[in-house]
Amino acid sequence: MQLGVLFSGGKDSTLALHLAAEKEEVVCLITILSKNKESYMFHTPNIDITALQAEALGLPQITKTTKGEKEKELSDLEDAIAEAARKFQIEGIVTGAVESAYQAERVQRICNRLGLWCFNPLWKHDQKALLEELLRKQFKVIISGVFAYPLDEKWLGKQIDTQLIDRLVDLQQKYGLSPSGEGGEIETTVLDAPLFKKKIDVLDYSIEAKGNSGVFRIKQARLVSK
Amino acid sequence: MILIVDMNWKRDSLGFYEFVLPIVTIAETLDNCMVKHYLEVTNEDLSRCDRVILSGTALKDTATLSQPQKFPWLKETEKPVLGICAGMETIGMVFGMRLIKCLEIGMTQINTLKKNPLFSGEFKAYSLHSYCVESSADFEVWAKSAKCIQIIKHKIKPIYGMLFHPEVRNPELIKCFIQLNNKASP
Repeated sequence: MQLGVLFSGGKDSTLALHLAAEKEEVVCLITILSKNKESYMFHTPNIDITALQAEALGLPQITKTTKGEKEKELSDLEDAIAEAARKFQIEGIVTGAVESAYQAERVQRICNRLGLWCFNPLWKHDQKALLEELLRKQFKVIISGVFAYPLDEKWLGKQIDTQLIDRLVDLQQKYGLSPSGEGGEIETTVLDAPLFKKKIDVLDYSIEAKGNSGVFRIKQARLVSK
Repeated sequence: MILIVDMNWKRDSLGFYEFVLPIVTIAETLDNCMVKHYLEVTNEDLSRCDRVILSGTALKDTATLSQPQKFPWLKETEKPVLGICAGMETIGMVFGMRLIKCLEIGMTQINTLKKNPLFSGEFKAYSLHSYCVESSADFEVWAKSAKCIQIIKHKIKPIYGMLFHPEVRNPELIKCFIQLNNKASP
């Protein structure tokens, strides 16, 4: 079955892509560039890096810009998925949804209207186990956004490793923080993964942070041999 | 031992992660589990297990609905069986219920119609189905949504069906089913 992946460049959509590629044929990426930083549906920091990630994966990418207004962004998503179906003859969509019934329901409805399968291979999986799976598969993932107390700019740009997972789980116990950022507490950017033919080398970045909110913005990056 | 039957259209499918693993995660907190694809369930599996859970599937996956003949054991077993979504629809097919088109996606209000040992009152649950069953003389209707029958129980056998996906927002219902086995079947 030929599938397209809803791809934000973060850990969840990239891991979902890897699981899908083990079972079916992933033929394209679909990325929504939202101008609304508070988007209900779409991960935002470093979304521009997805073009480099697509190149690293050797996959074509369909991108669509949305203003990010609550329901309009869903019709923009539907247009992008319909375009992927036309151009790449996909039969289904893969998402990195883990817990959000809001997101899952809306993508399911779009797929149903378009006659496509919808797969959510991370759905309801234990969040700590998902982070550990990234390490087992040798993903290189950095934290590119923090949006909740007690996270702050010290977390930005940090690579996810065993110690960082332990700290996140500790914060879950103390503050109810979702360790994988399901509530939008954390956003991530994948710099390397098993299916990347090359890895991403960050050449220049800026940190924009205030209190418990901040982003690690990649200003310049390139692909280098692994 | 709980036998969890993978109802996805093929063995080792991409749907396994989404529709089978979350059930295993919940069930494993109470008992050991073995997972078998529906085309590979044997009499030995059925004799080894204490109860059976049939998983749901992707919205477009209706493979089992055209193959009720692959489930002769559903009519023969005395073990408690819970069918989730496509699992419930398949139970319906096996027992001669009629399936009708009925689309529900997302959080859905469920209303209890009959006092029972698993749940009570009104609650919300995650739906993902394009068919539902019509009522039948062999089954009691325990709960409904605004659109259709959501929970059924065979009048004699310990066979249950939930059209919504309890593994998403109502894991306690799966746990209740597993623990119910230790008591007399209602």
